[in-house]
Amino acid sequence: AGAGSGPAPGDGAGPPAPERVLFPPTFSVSEIKNKQRRHFMFLRWKQQQRKEKLALKKKRRKEREALGDKAPPKAIPKTIENQRVYDETTVDPNDEEVAFDEATDEFAPYFNRQTVPKILITTSDRPRGRTVRFCEQLATVIPNSHVFYRRGLALKRIIPQCIARDFTDLIVINEDRKIPNGLVLSHLPDGPTAHFRMSSVRLRKEIKRKGKEPTEHVPEVILNNFTTRLGHSIGRMFAALFPHDPQFIGRQVATFHNQRDYIFFRFHRYIFKSEKKVGIQELGPRFTLKLRSLQKGTFDSKFGEYEWIHKRREMDTSRRKFHL
Amino acid sequence: QVLLSKNYEKALEEIDENLIYWPRFIRHKCKQRFTKITQYLIRIRKLTLKRQRKLVPLRRKIERRENRREEKALIAAQLDNAIEKELLERLKQDTYGDIYNFPIHAFDKALQQQDAESESESDAEREEDEDDDEDVGKREFVEAEDSELSDFEDMDKLETSSEEEQEEEEEVEEKASHSKSKGKTPLKGPARRKRPYIEIEYEEETEPSTKTKAA
Repeated sequence: AGAGSGPAPGDGAGPPAPERVLFPPTFSVSEIKNKQRRHFMFLRWKQQQRKEKLALKKKRRKEREALGDKAPPKAIPKTIENQRVYDETTVDPNDEEVAFDEATDEFAPYFNRQTVPKILITTSDRPRGRTVRFCEQLATVIPNSHVFYRRGLALKRIIPQCIARDFTDLIVINEDRKIPNGLVLSHLPDGPTAHFRMSSVRLRKEIKRKGKEPTEHVPEVILNNFTTRLGHSIGRMFAALFPHDPQFIGRQVATFHNQRDYIFFRFHRYIFKSEKKVGIQELGPRFTLKLRSLQKGTFDSKFGEYEWIHKRREMDTSRRKFHL
Repeated sequence: QVLLSKNYEKALEEIDENLIYWPRFIRHKCKQRFTKITQYLIRIRKLTLKRQRKLVPLRRKIERRENRREEKALIAAQLDNAIEKELLERLKQDTYGDIYNFPIHAFDKALQQQDAESESESDAEREEDEDDDEDVGKREFVEAEDSELSDFEDMDKLETSSEEEQEEEEEVEEKASHSKSKGKTPLKGPARRKRPYIEIEYEEETEPSTKTKAA
Protein backbone atom coordinates (compact mmCIF):
# COMPACT_ATOMS: atom_id res chain seq x y z
CA ALA A 1 0.00 0.00 0.00
CA GLY A 2 2.94 2.28 0.69
CA ALA A 3 4.46 1.61 -2.71
CA GLY A 4 1.09 2.00 -4.33
CA SER A 5 0.23 5.34 -2.85
CA GLY A 6 3.75 6.67 -3.38
CA PRO A 7 3.44 7.86 -6.97
CA ALA A 8 -0.23 8.77 -6.56
CA PRO A 9 0.08 12.08 -4.67
CA GLY A 10 2.73 13.17 -7.08
CA ASP A 11 0.58 12.36 -10.10
CA GLY A 12 -2.82 13.53 -9.03
CA ALA A 13 -1.62 16.92 -7.89
CA GLY A 14 -4.13 19.33 -9.41
CA PRO A 15 -6.27 19.15 -12.53
CA PRO A 16 -3.61 19.60 -15.22
CA ALA A 17 -2.23 16.08 -14.82
CA PRO A 18 0.43 14.77 -17.22
CA GLU A 19 -0.75 12.64 -20.12
CA ARG A 20 1.42 9.61 -19.66
CA VAL A 21 0.82 8.29 -16.20
CA LEU A 22 2.51 5.19 -14.94
CA PHE A 23 1.02 3.29 -12.12
CA PRO A 24 2.35 0.18 -10.51
CA PRO A 25 0.21 -2.72 -11.68
CA THR A 26 -1.58 -3.37 -8.40
CA PHE A 27 -2.88 0.15 -8.05
CA SER A 28 -6.58 0.88 -8.28
CA VAL A 29 -8.37 4.17 -8.18
CA SER A 30 -10.25 3.28 -5.03
CA GLU A 31 -7.11 3.17 -2.94
CA ILE A 32 -6.51 6.91 -2.87
CA LYS A 33 -7.57 8.26 0.47
CA ASN A 34 -8.17 11.82 -0.58
CA LYS A 35 -11.72 12.12 -1.82
CA GLN A 36 -11.14 14.94 -4.24
CA ARG A 37 -8.19 13.30 -5.87
CA ARG A 38 -9.90 9.95 -5.92
CA HIS A 39 -12.93 11.47 -7.61
CA PHE A 40 -10.75 13.16 -10.16
CA MET A 41 -8.83 9.98 -10.94
CA PHE A 42 -12.02 8.07 -11.24
CA LEU A 43 -13.42 10.54 -13.72
CA ARG A 44 -10.31 10.30 -15.78
CA TRP A 45 -10.48 6.55 -15.73
CA LYS A 46 -14.09 6.68 -16.82
CA GLN A 47 -13.28 8.96 -19.73
CA GLN A 48 -10.57 6.61 -20.79
CA GLN A 49 -12.96 3.69 -20.72
CA ARG A 50 -15.46 5.57 -22.79
CA LYS A 51 -12.85 6.49 -25.35
CA GLU A 52 -11.74 2.91 -25.65
CA LYS A 53 -15.31 1.75 -26.07
CA LEU A 54 -15.94 4.31 -28.79
CA ALA A 55 -12.76 3.34 -30.58
CA LEU A 56 -13.77 -0.28 -30.44
CA LYS A 57 -17.16 0.50 -31.87
CA LYS A 58 -15.67 2.52 -34.71
CA LYS A 59 -13.24 -0.23 -35.51
CA ARG A 60 -15.98 -2.78 -35.60
CA ARG A 61 -18.09 -0.61 -37.83
CA LYS A 62 -15.19 -0.10 -40.21
CA GLU A 63 -14.58 -3.81 -40.36
CA ARG A 64 -18.20 -4.41 -41.08
CA GLU A 65 -18.22 -1.91 -43.91
CA ALA A 66 -15.00 -3.28 -45.28
CA LEU A 67 -16.42 -6.76 -45.41
CA GLY A 68 -19.53 -5.51 -47.14
CA ASP A 69 -21.77 -8.38 -48.06
CA LYS A 70 -19.72 -10.98 -46.30
CA ALA A 71 -20.08 -9.31 -42.95
CA PRO A 72 -21.65 -11.46 -40.26
CA PRO A 73 -25.22 -10.45 -39.45
CA LYS A 74 -25.79 -7.95 -36.71
CA ALA A 75 -26.07 -9.34 -33.24
CA ILE A 76 -29.59 -9.41 -31.86
CA PRO A 77 -29.87 -7.60 -28.56
CA LYS A 78 -30.83 -9.73 -25.63
CA THR A 79 -34.29 -9.09 -24.28
CA ILE A 80 -36.11 -10.80 -21.51
CA GLU A 81 -38.35 -12.46 -24.05
CA ASN A 82 -35.30 -13.78 -25.91
CA GLN A 83 -33.67 -15.03 -22.79
CA ARG A 84 -36.76 -16.62 -21.40
CA VAL A 85 -36.15 -19.92 -19.68
CA TYR A 86 -37.62 -22.55 -21.90
CA ASP A 87 -40.77 -23.89 -20.36
CA GLU A 88 -41.29 -27.55 -21.00
CA THR A 89 -45.02 -27.20 -21.08
CA THR A 90 -44.95 -24.95 -24.13
CA VAL A 91 -47.67 -25.95 -26.48
CA ASP A 92 -46.64 -27.04 -29.92
CA PRO A 93 -49.28 -26.14 -32.49
CA ASN A 94 -49.31 -29.66 -33.82
CA ASP A 95 -49.40 -31.40 -30.53
CA GLU A 96 -51.97 -34.14 -30.66
CA GLU A 97 -52.20 -34.75 -27.00
CA VAL A 98 -53.01 -31.15 -26.33
CA ALA A 99 -55.56 -31.13 -29.10
CA PHE A 100 -57.18 -34.22 -27.67
CA ASP A 101 -57.21 -32.74 -24.20
CA GLU A 102 -58.81 -29.61 -25.43
CA ALA A 103 -61.46 -31.52 -27.27
CA THR A 104 -62.54 -33.19 -24.08
CA ASP A 105 -62.11 -30.58 -21.39
CA GLU A 106 -64.74 -28.36 -19.89
CA PHE A 107 -64.68 -25.89 -22.72
CA ALA A 108 -65.48 -28.42 -25.37
CA PRO A 109 -69.19 -27.66 -25.40
CA TYR A 110 -68.39 -24.02 -25.91
CA PHE A 111 -65.96 -24.64 -28.73
CA ASN A 112 -68.33 -27.04 -30.36
CA ARG A 113 -70.90 -24.28 -30.31
CA GLN A 114 -73.29 -26.13 -28.14
CA THR A 115 -73.53 -23.47 -25.48
CA VAL A 116 -73.89 -19.75 -25.71
CA PRO A 117 -71.97 -17.85 -23.08
CA LYS A 118 -74.01 -16.09 -20.46
CA ILE A 119 -72.06 -14.29 -17.85
CA LEU A 120 -72.81 -13.10 -14.37
CA ILE A 121 -70.74 -10.26 -13.01
CA THR A 122 -70.75 -9.52 -9.35
CA THR A 123 -68.57 -7.98 -6.71
CA SER A 124 -67.58 -8.56 -3.16
CA ASP A 125 -69.71 -7.11 -0.39
CA ARG A 126 -70.60 -3.49 -0.43
CA PRO A 127 -69.03 -2.29 -3.64
CA ARG A 128 -67.99 1.32 -3.85
CA GLY A 129 -68.50 3.74 -6.75
CA ARG A 130 -65.50 2.88 -8.83
CA THR A 131 -66.12 -0.81 -8.69
CA VAL A 132 -69.76 -0.37 -9.55
CA ARG A 133 -68.93 1.72 -12.57
CA PHE A 134 -66.27 -0.74 -13.63
CA CYS A 135 -68.78 -3.56 -13.43
CA GLU A 136 -71.21 -1.69 -15.60
CA GLN A 137 -68.59 -0.97 -18.23
CA LEU A 138 -67.43 -4.53 -18.20
CA ALA A 139 -70.98 -5.60 -18.76
CA THR A 140 -71.18 -3.47 -21.90
CA VAL A 141 -67.94 -4.87 -23.18
CA ILE A 142 -68.84 -8.51 -22.75
CA PRO A 143 -72.00 -9.36 -24.61
CA ASN A 144 -74.76 -11.24 -22.86
CA SER A 145 -73.63 -10.41 -19.36
CA HIS A 146 -75.57 -9.29 -16.33
CA VAL A 147 -74.51 -7.49 -13.22
CA PHE A 148 -75.94 -8.51 -9.89
CA TYR A 149 -75.04 -7.11 -6.56
CA ARG A 150 -74.23 -9.42 -3.79
CA ARG A 151 -75.77 -8.50 -0.49
CA GLY A 152 -73.80 -10.75 1.75
CA LEU A 153 -74.65 -13.92 -0.11
CA ALA A 154 -72.22 -16.75 0.05
CA LEU A 155 -70.65 -17.70 -3.24
CA LYS A 156 -71.17 -21.35 -2.62
CA ARG A 157 -74.87 -20.76 -2.43
CA ILE A 158 -75.26 -18.61 -5.48
CA ILE A 159 -73.34 -21.01 -7.68
CA PRO A 160 -76.08 -23.66 -7.80
CA GLN A 161 -78.60 -20.94 -8.48
CA CYS A 162 -76.51 -19.66 -11.36
CA ILE A 163 -76.21 -23.10 -12.84
CA ALA A 164 -79.94 -23.46 -12.55
CA ARG A 165 -80.46 -20.25 -14.47
CA ASP A 166 -78.13 -21.31 -17.28
CA PHE A 167 -75.21 -19.07 -16.67
CA THR A 168 -71.97 -20.29 -18.18
CA ASP A 169 -69.48 -18.04 -16.43
CA LEU A 170 -69.20 -16.15 -13.22
CA ILE A 171 -66.98 -13.13 -12.66
CA VAL A 172 -66.44 -11.79 -9.17
CA ILE A 173 -64.59 -8.54 -8.82
CA ASN A 174 -62.98 -8.15 -5.48
CA GLU A 175 -62.59 -4.72 -4.05
CA ASP A 176 -60.18 -3.16 -1.63
CA ARG A 177 -60.26 0.44 -0.46
CA LYS A 178 -62.74 1.47 -3.09
CA ILE A 179 -60.80 0.16 -6.05
CA PRO A 180 -61.16 -3.22 -7.72
CA ASN A 181 -58.09 -5.33 -7.18
CA GLY A 182 -59.01 -8.95 -7.78
CA LEU A 183 -60.93 -11.00 -10.23
CA VAL A 184 -62.29 -14.49 -9.89
CA LEU A 185 -63.39 -16.07 -13.10
CA SER A 186 -65.09 -19.42 -12.98
CA HIS A 187 -66.65 -21.42 -15.68
CA LEU A 188 -69.87 -22.59 -14.25
CA PRO A 189 -70.92 -26.10 -14.93
CA ASP A 190 -68.00 -27.54 -12.99
CA GLY A 191 -65.42 -25.53 -14.75
CA PRO A 192 -62.03 -24.28 -13.68
CA THR A 193 -61.79 -21.23 -11.49
CA ALA A 194 -59.05 -18.71 -11.98
CA HIS A 195 -58.15 -16.10 -9.44
CA PHE A 196 -56.35 -13.01 -10.68
CA ARG A 197 -54.86 -9.96 -9.16
CA MET A 198 -56.16 -6.93 -11.05
CA SER A 199 -54.22 -3.73 -11.33
CA SER A 200 -54.20 -0.44 -13.19
CA VAL A 201 -57.90 -0.33 -13.90
CA ARG A 202 -58.88 2.56 -16.11
CA LEU A 203 -62.49 3.44 -16.57
CA ARG A 204 -63.77 4.67 -19.85
CA LYS A 205 -63.71 8.32 -19.00
CA GLU A 206 -60.09 8.13 -17.90
CA ILE A 207 -58.86 6.85 -21.21
CA LYS A 208 -57.65 9.58 -23.49
CA ARG A 209 -59.73 9.17 -26.59
CA LYS A 210 -62.75 10.70 -28.11
CA GLY A 211 -64.75 7.69 -29.11
CA LYS A 212 -68.28 6.68 -28.53
CA GLU A 213 -69.39 3.85 -26.34
CA PRO A 214 -69.09 0.24 -27.34
CA THR A 215 -72.11 -0.87 -29.26
CA GLU A 216 -74.02 -4.04 -28.82
CA HIS A 217 -72.16 -5.88 -31.56
CA VAL A 218 -70.26 -8.96 -30.65
CA PRO A 219 -66.57 -8.07 -30.60
CA GLU A 220 -63.70 -10.08 -31.94
CA VAL A 221 -61.22 -11.60 -29.58
CA ILE A 222 -57.46 -11.52 -29.83
CA LEU A 223 -55.41 -13.72 -27.53
CA ASN A 224 -51.70 -13.04 -27.72
CA ASN A 225 -48.77 -14.93 -26.36
CA PHE A 226 -50.43 -17.69 -24.44
CA THR A 227 -47.78 -20.27 -25.07
CA THR A 228 -47.57 -22.77 -22.25
CA ARG A 229 -50.12 -25.33 -21.32
CA LEU A 230 -51.33 -23.23 -18.45
CA GLY A 231 -51.48 -20.20 -20.67
CA HIS A 232 -53.45 -22.16 -23.19
CA SER A 233 -56.12 -23.12 -20.71
CA ILE A 234 -56.39 -19.58 -19.40
CA GLY A 235 -56.65 -18.32 -22.95
CA ARG A 236 -59.50 -20.69 -23.62
CA MET A 237 -61.20 -19.49 -20.50
CA PHE A 238 -61.11 -15.96 -21.79
CA ALA A 239 -62.26 -17.02 -25.20
CA ALA A 240 -65.20 -18.78 -23.67
CA LEU A 241 -66.51 -15.50 -22.36
CA PHE A 242 -67.33 -14.20 -25.80
CA PRO A 243 -69.79 -15.63 -28.30
CA HIS A 244 -68.27 -17.51 -31.15
CA ASP A 245 -69.42 -15.43 -34.07
CA PRO A 246 -68.06 -11.95 -33.99
CA GLN A 247 -70.00 -9.33 -35.88
CA PHE A 248 -67.55 -7.64 -38.14
CA ILE A 249 -69.89 -4.78 -38.76
CA GLY A 250 -69.24 -3.62 -35.24
CA ARG A 251 -65.49 -3.46 -35.83
CA GLN A 252 -64.72 -3.96 -32.21
CA VAL A 253 -61.99 -6.11 -30.82
CA ALA A 254 -61.18 -7.22 -27.30
CA THR A 255 -57.57 -8.11 -26.73
CA PHE A 256 -56.00 -10.23 -24.06
CA HIS A 257 -52.28 -9.83 -24.42
CA ASN A 258 -49.95 -11.84 -22.24
CA GLN A 259 -46.53 -10.40 -21.63
CA ARG A 260 -44.27 -11.74 -18.94
CA ASP A 261 -47.14 -13.24 -17.02
CA TYR A 262 -49.18 -10.05 -17.05
CA ILE A 263 -52.37 -10.18 -19.09
CA PHE A 264 -53.34 -6.82 -20.53
CA PHE A 265 -56.94 -6.34 -21.52
CA ARG A 266 -57.84 -3.69 -24.06
CA PHE A 267 -60.97 -2.95 -26.00
CA HIS A 268 -60.63 -1.16 -29.33
CA ARG A 269 -62.52 -0.15 -32.36
CA TYR A 270 -60.57 -0.62 -35.56
CA ILE A 271 -60.85 0.71 -39.05
CA PHE A 272 -58.89 -0.33 -42.09
CA LYS A 273 -57.54 2.72 -43.81
CA SER A 274 -55.87 0.74 -46.55
CA GLU A 275 -54.82 -2.83 -46.98
CA LYS A 276 -51.67 -2.21 -45.04
CA LYS A 277 -52.77 0.27 -42.46
CA VAL A 278 -55.26 -0.08 -39.70
CA GLY A 279 -56.26 2.52 -37.19
CA ILE A 280 -57.39 1.59 -33.74
CA GLN A 281 -59.19 3.70 -31.23
CA GLU A 282 -59.39 2.64 -27.65
CA LEU A 283 -62.77 2.56 -26.03
CA GLY A 284 -63.87 0.62 -23.07
CA PRO A 285 -62.12 -0.10 -19.85
CA ARG A 286 -58.65 -1.45 -19.57
CA PHE A 287 -57.02 -3.49 -16.85
CA THR A 288 -54.16 -5.89 -16.28
CA LEU A 289 -54.39 -9.27 -14.63
CA LYS A 290 -51.85 -11.49 -13.02
CA LEU A 291 -52.79 -15.07 -12.41
CA ARG A 292 -52.67 -16.20 -8.82
CA SER A 293 -54.26 -19.58 -8.83
CA LEU A 294 -56.20 -21.96 -10.98
CA GLN A 295 -58.60 -24.38 -9.42
CA LYS A 296 -60.10 -27.44 -10.96
CA GLY A 297 -63.69 -27.20 -9.83
CA THR A 298 -65.85 -24.21 -9.13
CA PHE A 299 -64.97 -21.74 -6.49
CA ASP A 300 -64.04 -23.45 -3.30
CA SER A 301 -61.37 -22.00 -1.16
CA LYS A 302 -61.03 -24.73 1.42
CA PHE A 303 -61.48 -28.02 -0.30
CA GLY A 304 -60.80 -27.16 -3.88
CA GLU A 305 -58.23 -28.94 -5.91
CA TYR A 306 -55.69 -26.48 -7.12
CA GLU A 307 -54.20 -26.98 -10.50
CA TRP A 308 -51.72 -24.17 -10.13
CA ILE A 309 -50.89 -21.73 -7.39
CA HIS A 310 -48.39 -18.97 -7.59
CA LYS A 311 -45.80 -19.79 -4.98
CA ARG A 312 -43.67 -16.79 -4.52
CA ARG A 313 -40.63 -18.44 -3.01
CA GLU A 314 -40.33 -21.02 -5.74
CA MET A 315 -41.56 -19.27 -8.81
CA ASP A 316 -40.27 -15.76 -8.46
CA THR A 317 -36.65 -16.76 -8.16
CA SER A 318 -35.65 -16.23 -11.75
CA ARG A 319 -36.29 -13.07 -13.68
CA ARG A 320 -36.53 -14.91 -16.95
CA LYS A 321 -38.94 -17.59 -16.06
CA PHE A 322 -42.59 -17.12 -16.82
CA HIS A 323 -45.45 -19.48 -16.45
CA LEU A 324 -48.18 -18.29 -18.73
CA GLN B 1 -65.43 -16.49 42.66
CA VAL B 2 -68.97 -17.54 42.03
CA LEU B 3 -69.86 -19.37 38.86
CA LEU B 4 -73.09 -18.01 37.47
CA SER B 5 -75.66 -20.29 35.93
CA LYS B 6 -76.05 -20.59 32.19
CA ASN B 7 -79.55 -19.28 32.29
CA TYR B 8 -79.61 -15.54 31.81
CA GLU B 9 -82.42 -14.74 34.26
CA LYS B 10 -81.17 -17.13 36.92
CA ALA B 11 -77.74 -15.61 36.62
CA LEU B 12 -79.16 -12.16 37.20
CA GLU B 13 -80.90 -13.42 40.30
CA GLU B 14 -77.68 -15.01 41.52
CA ILE B 15 -75.89 -11.70 41.13
CA ASP B 16 -78.56 -10.12 43.28
CA GLU B 17 -78.29 -12.83 45.89
CA ASN B 18 -74.50 -12.72 46.11
CA LEU B 19 -74.25 -8.97 46.26
CA ILE B 20 -77.08 -8.59 48.71
CA TYR B 21 -75.60 -6.00 50.94
CA TRP B 22 -73.97 -3.94 48.22
CA PRO B 23 -75.53 -0.67 47.10
CA ARG B 24 -78.17 -0.76 44.41
CA PHE B 25 -76.08 1.14 41.90
CA ILE B 26 -73.23 -1.36 42.03
CA ARG B 27 -75.52 -4.31 41.63
CA HIS B 28 -77.05 -2.61 38.62
CA LYS B 29 -73.73 -1.94 37.01
CA CYS B 30 -72.71 -5.53 37.60
CA LYS B 31 -75.77 -6.85 35.86
CA GLN B 32 -75.19 -4.46 32.97
CA ARG B 33 -71.67 -5.74 32.53
CA PHE B 34 -72.89 -9.30 32.57
CA THR B 35 -75.47 -8.52 29.93
CA LYS B 36 -72.92 -6.97 27.68
CA ILE B 37 -70.61 -9.94 27.96
CA THR B 38 -73.32 -12.45 27.14
CA GLN B 39 -74.38 -10.42 24.16
CA TYR B 40 -70.97 -10.24 22.63
CA LEU B 41 -70.41 -13.90 23.20
CA ILE B 42 -73.60 -14.62 21.34
CA ARG B 43 -72.45 -12.40 18.49
CA ILE B 44 -69.12 -14.18 18.26
CA ARG B 45 -70.82 -17.50 17.94
CA LYS B 46 -73.11 -16.19 15.23
CA LEU B 47 -70.30 -14.62 13.25
CA THR B 48 -68.14 -17.70 13.21
CA LEU B 49 -70.95 -19.50 11.47
CA LYS B 50 -71.28 -16.93 8.70
CA ARG B 51 -68.66 -16.18 6.01
CA GLN B 52 -65.71 -14.48 7.50
CA ARG B 53 -63.63 -11.98 5.64
CA LYS B 54 -60.03 -13.06 5.64
CA LEU B 55 -57.59 -10.20 5.65
CA VAL B 56 -54.46 -10.81 3.70
CA PRO B 57 -51.73 -8.27 4.32
CA LEU B 58 -50.08 -6.68 1.33
CA ARG B 59 -46.35 -6.87 1.29
CA ARG B 60 -44.97 -3.56 0.27
CA LYS B 61 -41.83 -4.84 -1.34
CA ILE B 62 -43.71 -7.34 -3.39
CA GLU B 63 -46.30 -4.81 -4.44
CA ARG B 64 -43.63 -2.42 -5.58
CA ARG B 65 -41.82 -5.15 -7.44
CA GLU B 66 -44.92 -6.30 -9.22
CA ASN B 67 -45.93 -2.79 -10.20
CA ARG B 68 -42.53 -2.12 -11.63
CA ARG B 69 -42.54 -5.36 -13.57
CA GLU B 70 -45.97 -4.61 -14.87
CA GLU B 71 -44.83 -1.25 -16.21
CA LYS B 72 -41.89 -2.85 -17.94
CA ALA B 73 -44.03 -5.57 -19.37
CA LEU B 74 -46.42 -2.95 -20.69
CA ILE B 75 -43.61 -1.16 -22.46
CA ALA B 76 -42.25 -4.40 -23.84
CA ALA B 77 -45.65 -5.47 -25.05
CA GLN B 78 -46.19 -2.63 -27.53
CA LEU B 79 -49.86 -3.36 -27.49
CA ASP B 80 -50.95 -1.08 -30.28
CA ASN B 81 -48.49 -2.56 -32.71
CA ALA B 82 -49.36 -6.06 -31.72
CA ILE B 83 -53.07 -5.47 -32.16
CA GLU B 84 -52.59 -3.77 -35.50
CA LYS B 85 -50.40 -6.58 -36.72
CA GLU B 86 -52.90 -9.16 -35.66
CA LEU B 87 -55.74 -7.35 -37.38
CA LEU B 88 -53.75 -7.03 -40.59
CA GLU B 89 -52.92 -10.72 -40.41
CA ARG B 90 -56.57 -11.54 -40.12
CA LEU B 91 -57.34 -9.29 -43.03
CA LYS B 92 -54.75 -11.06 -45.14
CA GLN B 93 -56.11 -14.42 -44.25
CA ASP B 94 -59.54 -13.43 -45.41
CA THR B 95 -61.30 -13.90 -42.11
CA TYR B 96 -63.33 -10.83 -42.88
CA GLY B 97 -64.53 -12.12 -46.18
CA ASP B 98 -65.71 -9.57 -48.65
CA ILE B 99 -66.45 -6.68 -46.42
CA TYR B 100 -63.32 -4.75 -47.18
CA ASN B 101 -62.65 -4.14 -50.84
CA PHE B 102 -59.03 -3.38 -51.47
CA PRO B 103 -58.48 -4.15 -55.14
CA ILE B 104 -54.80 -3.29 -54.99
CA HIS B 105 -54.35 -5.79 -52.23
CA ALA B 106 -56.05 -8.45 -54.28
CA PHE B 107 -53.86 -7.56 -57.24
CA ASP B 108 -50.76 -7.91 -55.13
CA LYS B 109 -51.90 -11.20 -53.75
CA ALA B 110 -52.68 -12.56 -57.18
CA LEU B 111 -49.27 -11.47 -58.37
CA GLN B 112 -47.52 -13.12 -55.50
CA GLN B 113 -49.37 -16.31 -56.09
CA GLN B 114 -48.50 -16.32 -59.77
CA ASP B 115 -44.85 -15.38 -59.55
CA ALA B 116 -43.79 -17.79 -56.91
CA GLU B 117 -40.52 -18.62 -58.68
CA SER B 118 -38.54 -15.46 -59.19
CA GLU B 119 -38.70 -13.19 -56.20
CA SER B 120 -36.84 -10.39 -57.92
CA GLU B 121 -39.47 -10.12 -60.59
CA SER B 122 -42.25 -9.91 -58.09
CA ASP B 123 -40.28 -7.30 -56.18
CA ALA B 124 -39.87 -5.22 -59.29
CA GLU B 125 -43.53 -5.58 -60.06
CA ARG B 126 -44.44 -4.58 -56.57
CA GLU B 127 -42.35 -1.47 -56.96
CA GLU B 128 -44.02 -0.72 -60.23
CA ASP B 129 -47.38 -1.20 -58.63
CA GLU B 130 -46.45 1.23 -55.93
CA ASP B 131 -45.26 3.69 -58.51
CA ASP B 132 -48.46 3.20 -60.45
CA ASP B 133 -50.45 3.85 -57.33
CA GLU B 134 -48.59 7.04 -56.69
CA ASP B 135 -48.90 8.14 -60.26
CA VAL B 136 -52.60 7.46 -60.13
CA GLY B 137 -52.83 9.73 -57.17
CA LYS B 138 -50.64 12.44 -58.59
CA ARG B 139 -51.45 12.19 -62.18
CA GLU B 140 -52.55 15.78 -62.23
CA PHE B 141 -49.19 17.13 -61.18
CA VAL B 142 -47.16 15.02 -63.53
CA GLU B 143 -49.20 15.93 -66.54
CA ALA B 144 -49.16 19.59 -65.68
CA GLU B 145 -45.41 19.56 -65.43
CA ASP B 146 -45.05 17.87 -68.76
CA SER B 147 -47.33 20.30 -70.48
CA GLU B 148 -45.50 23.27 -69.06
CA LEU B 149 -42.19 21.78 -69.93
CA SER B 150 -43.26 21.33 -73.52
CA ASP B 151 -44.06 25.02 -73.64
CA PHE B 152 -40.62 25.96 -72.43
CA GLU B 153 -38.73 23.41 -74.42
CA ASP B 154 -38.19 25.80 -77.25
CA MET B 155 -36.77 28.37 -74.90
CA ASP B 156 -34.46 25.98 -73.05
CA LYS B 157 -31.43 24.23 -74.39
CA LEU B 158 -31.36 20.46 -74.29
CA GLU B 159 -28.86 20.31 -71.41
CA THR B 160 -30.90 22.36 -69.04
CA SER B 161 -34.07 20.51 -69.97
CA SER B 162 -32.46 17.19 -69.14
CA GLU B 163 -31.37 18.57 -65.80
CA GLU B 164 -34.89 19.73 -65.18
CA GLU B 165 -36.20 16.30 -65.95
CA GLN B 166 -33.76 14.75 -63.54
CA GLU B 167 -34.73 17.19 -60.90
CA GLU B 168 -38.39 16.51 -61.61
CA GLU B 169 -37.90 12.82 -61.07
CA GLU B 170 -36.14 13.45 -57.85
CA GLU B 171 -38.87 15.74 -56.77
CA VAL B 172 -41.53 13.19 -57.72
CA GLU B 173 -39.79 10.61 -55.59
CA GLU B 174 -39.32 13.04 -52.81
CA LYS B 175 -42.93 13.99 -52.89
CA ALA B 176 -43.85 10.32 -52.91
CA SER B 177 -41.67 9.73 -49.90
CA HIS B 178 -43.20 12.77 -48.28
CA SER B 179 -46.72 11.56 -48.78
CA LYS B 180 -45.97 8.03 -47.69
CA SER B 181 -45.81 8.69 -44.07
CA LYS B 182 -42.70 10.38 -42.87
CA GLY B 183 -43.33 13.99 -43.64
CA LYS B 184 -39.62 14.80 -43.70
CA THR B 185 -39.89 17.53 -46.25
CA PRO B 186 -36.80 19.58 -46.96
CA LEU B 187 -36.81 23.23 -46.13
CA LYS B 188 -38.86 24.26 -49.14
CA GLY B 189 -41.97 22.78 -47.55
CA PRO B 190 -44.69 25.21 -48.56
CA ALA B 191 -43.06 25.70 -51.95
CA ARG B 192 -43.47 21.99 -52.58
CA ARG B 193 -47.18 22.11 -52.03
CA LYS B 194 -47.83 24.79 -54.58
CA ARG B 195 -46.01 22.67 -57.08
CA PRO B 196 -47.44 23.14 -60.50
CA TYR B 197 -47.06 26.87 -60.46
CA ILE B 198 -43.89 27.83 -58.71
CA GLU B 199 -41.74 24.87 -59.59
CA ILE B 200 -41.00 25.70 -63.17
CA GLU B 201 -40.04 29.25 -62.37
CA TYR B 202 -37.64 28.17 -59.68
CA GLU B 203 -36.11 25.59 -61.88
CA GLU B 204 -35.30 28.13 -64.52
CA GLU B 205 -34.27 31.10 -62.46
CA THR B 206 -33.06 30.13 -59.06
CA GLU B 207 -31.23 26.92 -59.85
CA PRO B 208 -27.75 28.33 -59.37
CA SER B 209 -28.80 30.21 -56.24
CA THR B 210 -30.19 27.06 -54.56
CA LYS B 211 -27.06 25.21 -55.47
CA THR B 212 -24.89 27.85 -53.93
CA LYS B 213 -27.03 27.86 -50.81
CA ALA B 214 -26.62 24.12 -50.46
CA ALA B 215 -22.92 24.48 -50.92
